[in-house]
Amino acid sequence: MKSPEVKFSKAIALFLGGQVVGLLLGVLIQTALAGVYNGAYFKDIASWLLGVLLALLGFFYGLIGYYGLVKGLVWQVLGTIAGGLLVSAIRFLMGLEPFDLAKFGFTEGGWVAGALIGAIAFLAGVGALTDWFKWAKGEKTFDHHQDPEGFIKYFGVSLDHKVIGIQYTVTSLFLLMVGGLFALIFRLELSQTGLEILSLQMYNSLMSLHGMVMIVSILVGIAGVINYLVPMLIGAQDMAFPRLNAFSFWIAIPAAILLLSSLALGGFDTGWTGYPPLSVRAPLGMSMFFVGIWVAGWSSILGALNLIVTVLRMRAEGMTAFRMPIFVWAATATSIISLTATQMIGLAFQLVLFQRLLGMPFFDAAKGGNPVLFQHLFWFYSHPVVYVFILPGLGVISELLPVFARKPLFGYKWIAMSSLGIALVGFLVWAHHMFSSGMNEYLRVPFMYSTLLVAVPTGVKFFSWVATLWQGRITRELATPMLFVLGGIVVFLLGGLTGPPNATVSTDLHLTDTYFIVGHFHDTMFGGYIFPFFAALYYWFPKATGKRLNEKLGKLHFWLMTPSFFVLTLFMMRVGLLGMRRRIADYDPALSFDPWHLAMTISAYLIALSVLVFIWNIIKTVKGEQNATGNIWKSRSPEWLVPSPMPPHNYDQPLKVVGEPYDYGLEGSKYIEFVNKEEHE
Amino acid sequence: MQNKKHFIIIGILILVVSVVTYYGILALNLLPVAAAVQSQPIDWLFDLEFKLISFFFAVIMVPLVYSLIFFRQKEGDDSDGPHVEGHTKLELVWTAIPLIIVIALGIIGAENLKQVLAVDPQAAQVKVVGYQWGWRFEYPEGFTSTKLYLPVDKQVLLKMESLDVIHSFWVPEFRIKQDLVPGQITEYRITPSLIGEYKVRCAEICGNEHAYMESPVVVVSQEDYVAWHDEQLRLAKEAELASAGKPDAGRGQALYVESGCKACHSVDGSKGVGPTWKALYMSSVPLADGTSVTADEAFLAESILNPSAKVVAGYNANAMPSFSYLKEGQVNDIIEYIKSLK
Repeated sequence: MKSPEVKFSKAIALFLGGQVVGLLLGVLIQTALAGVYNGAYFKDIASWLLGVLLALLGFFYGLIGYYGLVKGLVWQVLGTIAGGLLVSAIRFLMGLEPFDLAKFGFTEGGWVAGALIGAIAFLAGVGALTDWFKWAKGEKTFDHHQDPEGFIKYFGVSLDHKVIGIQYTVTSLFLLMVGGLFALIFRLELSQTGLEILSLQMYNSLMSLHGMVMIVSILVGIAGVINYLVPMLIGAQDMAFPRLNAFSFWIAIPAAILLLSSLALGGFDTGWTGYPPLSVRAPLGMSMFFVGIWVAGWSSILGALNLIVTVLRMRAEGMTAFRMPIFVWAATATSIISLTATQMIGLAFQLVLFQRLLGMPFFDAAKGGNPVLFQHLFWFYSHPVVYVFILPGLGVISELLPVFARKPLFGYKWIAMSSLGIALVGFLVWAHHMFSSGMNEYLRVPFMYSTLLVAVPTGVKFFSWVATLWQGRITRELATPMLFVLGGIVVFLLGGLTGPPNATVSTDLHLTDTYFIVGHFHDTMFGGYIFPFFAALYYWFPKATGKRLNEKLGKLHFWLMTPSFFVLTLFMMRVGLLGMRRRIADYDPALSFDPWHLAMTISAYLIALSVLVFIWNIIKTVKGEQNATGNIWKSRSPEWLVPSPMPPHNYDQPLKVVGEPYDYGLEGSKYIEFVNKEEHE
Repeated sequence: MQNKKHFIIIGILILVVSVVTYYGILALNLLPVAAAVQSQPIDWLFDLEFKLISFFFAVIMVPLVYSLIFFRQKEGDDSDGPHVEGHTKLELVWTAIPLIIVIALGIIGAENLKQVLAVDPQAAQVKVVGYQWGWRFEYPEGFTSTKLYLPVDKQVLLKMESLDVIHSFWVPEFRIKQDLVPGQITEYRITPSLIGEYKVRCAEICGNEHAYMESPVVVVSQEDYVAWHDEQLRLAKEAELASAGKPDAGRGQALYVESGCKACHSVDGSKGVGPTWKALYMSSVPLADGTSVTADEAFLAESILNPSAKVVAGYNANAMPSFSYLKEGQVNDIIEYIKSLK
C-alpha cells in the first residue's frame, strides 16, 4: 500500500499528462476531420476541455486506481460513443448522412442519444446499479456499511448516508468553484465597456452556464446537508432507501459532466432559462444543457422521495411532528417541492429538445405552437425551486440560532408552519416572472397578490429569529458558524426586502430583466443558501471529522466575503435601476457604469479569495490533529451526544425523545435519552 | 421593567434608522430621469416601496444588532438565557400586520397599474419590428425608420412584433418594458413627457449580439415632429421612385441590414439559419422535395415575398416570415444586391 503522498504526486503527474494528451488528441481529431492542420486548433476550447476530462480521469486514476468514479467516467465515455454510433448506424440504414463532420462528428441526435446512454453507462460502471442487477438474478447482496477503509470509500458507491452526504457536499463545492470560475471570467469582461477578453458567444455560454452550474451546485449541496443530517437528527441509522440514495447521488455526476460538455460542443446563448425560439436555434451545446438538466432532475426527484419517506417512517420513538429538530421541517418542505415540481422543467426542456431533434413545433408560432407556454412550464418549476434552495438554509439558521443564543427557538411551530407556507404559496406565484412576457394581461394582478403573500411567512421567520436573540445569552465569542448565520439573516433580509418591487406589476415592468433582479436573487441565494451552507459546514465539520476548522481562518473567510458581497449586490441593484440590462456582454459607455462594474468585479474576486481561504482551512484542518470529539457547541441535539466523528451506525443504542428540542435555559430538561439495549429488549 | 426600557430604546432607534435609510436611498438617485407620463405613478410606487423597505430594514436590523450588543454572556458566564418558547399573540400580530400591509400594497399596486395602462383612444400607432439584432419602426403613413421619433405629450400605441426570437422593448426613461413575441402582436402605450434623446434597449436575451440591440428613441416637440415626419415621407417617396426606376445594390444592402435579412443570411458563405447569399444568383438550389431550381430573379423575388413556396433542402420551412410589405422596387434592390455578391 503506497502512502497518500506518493499517490498524490502520481495523481498530479497523470493530471498534467491527461491535459496534454487530451489537447493533442483534440487537435488531431480536428485535423483529421478537416483534412488539414491549423494552428488555431490549439486554441480551441473543445480540445482544452477534452484535456480537462482526461486530466481529471488521470488524477483520479492516480489516486484510486480503476475503481468507482474512474470506472464510471470511462464507461460514460464509451457509452457516449456507443450511443452516437447507434444513431449513426440508424441514419445510415435510413439513407441519411450518418455523421456531421463539419461540426462535431456525430449529428445532434447522435450526441443526445450518446449523452443518455453514457449517463446510464456511468451508473453501471460506477456500480450504482449492481445490487439491483443482483436482485434481478436472485443473488444475495451485502447490507449496508461494507465500505473500503480510508478515503477511497468516497470515490465509489457507498450506502452510508454520511458518506453520501459528504460525497454530495464535496461535489457541490467543486461545482461551486467551477460556476464561480465562470463568473470570474465574465466579470473580468464586464469590468469596463467594450469587448476585451471574450467573444460574444463565449461570454453568453459562460454566463448561461454560470447560472445553471450554480443551480446544480446548490441542489447537490442541499442534498449533501440533508443527507448527512436528517437521519442523525431524527435518530435513524440511515435513509429509508440506501441504494436509491446512492443512485440519486451518482446520477448527478454524469449530469454535471453533460452540462459542462455544452461548453465544448458549441456553447449556447440563451441564459439559463433557455427560452424558445432562441433555444431552438442555439448550437449543439443547448441540447447537452437540456439533457444534463433532465438527468440531474432524477437526482432531485428521487432524493426528495427518499427523504420524505425517511422523515415519515424512521423517526426515533417519541419524536412527534412538533418535536422534530426544525431543520427536518425545512428539509421536508423542500423535498415536497422537489418531488412535485422538478418534472415540469424536465418536461419543458424535453419539449424543446423534441422540437430541435424531431421538428415537433411545440413552441413554434408559425405551426400553431406557443413560445409563452414554455415560460409557464419553466417557471412553474423554476420559481418554487428557489424555495428548494433557501428553505434548508433558513432551517440551518433556525437550528443554530438557539444554540448560540442559549435560548429556545422562539415560536417553533410558527417557524415550522412558515416553511410549509412558503412551499405552498411558492407554487402559486410563477407568472410574476412573466409580467412583460405577453401572457394574458388579466393574469398579472392575481399573481401580484400571490407573490406579495410570500412576504408573510417569510416575515414570521425573521421576527421569530430576532425574538430568539432578544434577551438571550448570546455566546461571548461569536464562533464562525454563528457569524455566517447572522450574515445569512442580514443578506437574506436584503433579498427579501427587494422582493416586493418585483411583485407589484408596474414597478416590475421597469425592473424585470435588469441587474436589479440579478442583485436581488444573488441576495436571496447567498442569504438563503451560501451563508447558511458555510455555517453548516463550519458547525458540523467536527461531527464528520472529529476536527474543528480553524476559527481565525473562518473569521477571515467571513469578513472577506460579507462586505464584498454587499458591494457586489447593492451595486448590481443600483445599475439595474438606472438601466443596466441582464445578460449583456457589453454596456453603453454613455451610461457611465464603468467604475461601478469595476468595483463589482473586484468584489467578486474577493469573494473567490475568501472561498479559497475556506478550502485552505479544510486542507489544514484535515491534516491536523484530532481536537474536537465532544459536544463543542453545547448543543442539545442528539448527534452531539455521541462522540465525533459519528460512529458508522450513528447510534449504537436507540434513542427516545423525552422533551422539547430547544429547551435551553430550562433546568434539568432533556431532549433525548438513549434506551439501554438489554432493557429495551 | 427591564424589557420596557429596551423596547423604548429600540423604538426610537427604529424610527431613526428608518429615516436615515430612506434618505440614504434617495441620495443614491436610483432612477433615471422620468420621460413619460407613465413613469410618474411608477416612480411614486417606487418611493412608497423605498419607504417600506427602509422601515422593515430597521424593524429587523435594530433589535438584531441591539441583541448582539446587549444580550451577550458576560465574562466567565456560561449560563443559558430565559426559557421563553414563544408568544402566540405576538406571532399573530407579526403575521396579521404584514398580511394587511401586503394586501394594501396589492390594492395600491393594482390601482397603480391601471394608471400606467390608461388608454387614450386618440393615440397614434406605430408598428415596431424587432429582429436579431435591431429595431425597425414602421409609421402608418408608409415610411420606415431605424429611429423611433415621438411627439411630446401625445400618447402613442406601439404595435410590436418579432421576426425571429423573443425581444423586449425597454426605454429605461419610460420605465415600462414589453416583450415582442414571435407570432403575436404585443402592445406598448407611452406618452412621452420630456423632450430628449433616449435609447430603446432589448431586455430579453436574444442571442449573441443582444447587448448591441439598441436604437435611438427621440422625443421632439410637435413642430419638430411634423417637420421630421414630412421629411421622412419625402425621402420615402424619392427612394420609391428611384427604386422603381433602376434597381440599386447599395439601397439593397441598406435594406439587407434594416429589414433584418442579416440575422439569418450571411453574405460571406458562412452557414446561418437561412442559406448564404454569396454566389447565390443563378446557382442551382436543391429543394426539400428533392427537385432543384435555378436562383434567378423570379425565384429570389418569390422567396422574399412568399418564403414557404419553395423550401431549400436542409433548412426549416416556415423559419422565415414573409416580407410582402416591401415595395416592388425594394425587392428589386435586394435582388440587385444579391447579384453583386459573387
